[in-house]
Amino acid sequence: MIERRMFVQKILSKRQDSLRVVSGLGTSTWDLMSAGDDTRNFGFIGAMGQAVPFSLGLSIAQPNKRVLLFTGDGDMLMSLGTMATIANHPKPNLTVIVMDNESYVETGSQPTATAGKTDLELVAKGAGIENTYTITKKTDDYRVLNTIYEEEGPSLVVVKCKAEETTLVFPYSFDGVTSINRFMDTMK
Amino acid sequence: MNKIIRDWRDDIYDVFKELNISLVSHIPDAGHTPLIDLCEKDNEIDVVTLTTEEEGVGLSCGAWAGGRRSALLMQSSGVGNCINALALPNICRIPFLTIVSMRGEWGEFVPWQVPMGQGTPKVLEAMDVHVFRADYKDEVGSTVDAAAKFAFNTRKSSAVLLSQKMIGAKQFKNG
Repeated sequence: MIERRMFVQKILSKRQDSLRVVSGLGTSTWDLMSAGDDTRNFGFIGAMGQAVPFSLGLSIAQPNKRVLLFTGDGDMLMSLGTMATIANHPKPNLTVIVMDNESYVETGSQPTATAGKTDLELVAKGAGIENTYTITKKTDDYRVLNTIYEEEGPSLVVVKCKAEETTLVFPYSFDGVTSINRFMDTMK
Repeated sequence: MNKIIRDWRDDIYDVFKELNISLVSHIPDAGHTPLIDLCEKDNEIDVVTLTTEEEGVGLSCGAWAGGRRSALLMQSSGVGNCINALALPNICRIPFLTIVSMRGEWGEFVPWQVPMGQGTPKVLEAMDVHVFRADYKDEVGSTVDAAAKFAFNTRKSSAVLLSQKMIGAKQFKNG
């Protein structure tokens, strides 16, 4: 099992300038912000299920940027249909990383479907996303870096991680307008 | 001389072109079909078929963050699927435009269409989406133009409801 916060920080430690990072609500956003404030990031704090289609829209509009989404299994389970949309409107610059801790940690660690029968890699494959795999060891993170920057997407990586409560690291602002304006300024 | 009446879908397409709307997502509806066809034939417009309408909200917002304007086409039954998603354009002041073909309001055959059809304007207004309505074919172009300008000029959400009276109620025949 992987420690999610260390994983996110490591992935972003050798960040290339072309990368734009989006995070799904809750823990994924705190993880992203723990790697340091960066105007090239946009973190969701609500609108569960919308980070995945948002990232697809961004990857369509910005073909010369690499788009990376960090999100959780809860958010991904709410937007399973978008896997099919991504597969059928494939964008080579899009990578989705699902930090799969098999639970809704923020609300009391109730188990998600992935704690039961559901395998998100298989769902992604079935939806038609060809470049998809699961990692369980932190030594596999080099492979993920290659996927983000080099491989032809769309890609979906399931990162099996520990269900642990982590400290909250807030974004620069909770105000949506401030957040999106800062992020958009980096597209120019 | 006979007056040549343009199809109102052509008028919507012209607004898309004039206002640089280059991403169109949809769950198809028969009323939108000629417009979807026009967009698919246009190399400058990306057309994305969704699995549920709420995806179109996030997709539009992500595209706008990346510098592209879009529109979501759906039937009134899809509006209910979008409710929580509409928090995203609302809180970030992202311009969001949707064009909704109405069911359940005028000569409807299918009773299952009535609850969401009747609820559509109320639900949109509850989520702070500015609602425009076109009841006649010759006002569709100007209404979509006004709604799109409202969205993109003021960074707010807007919807155009295309009335069932104008589109024509779908008739079903058993057997």
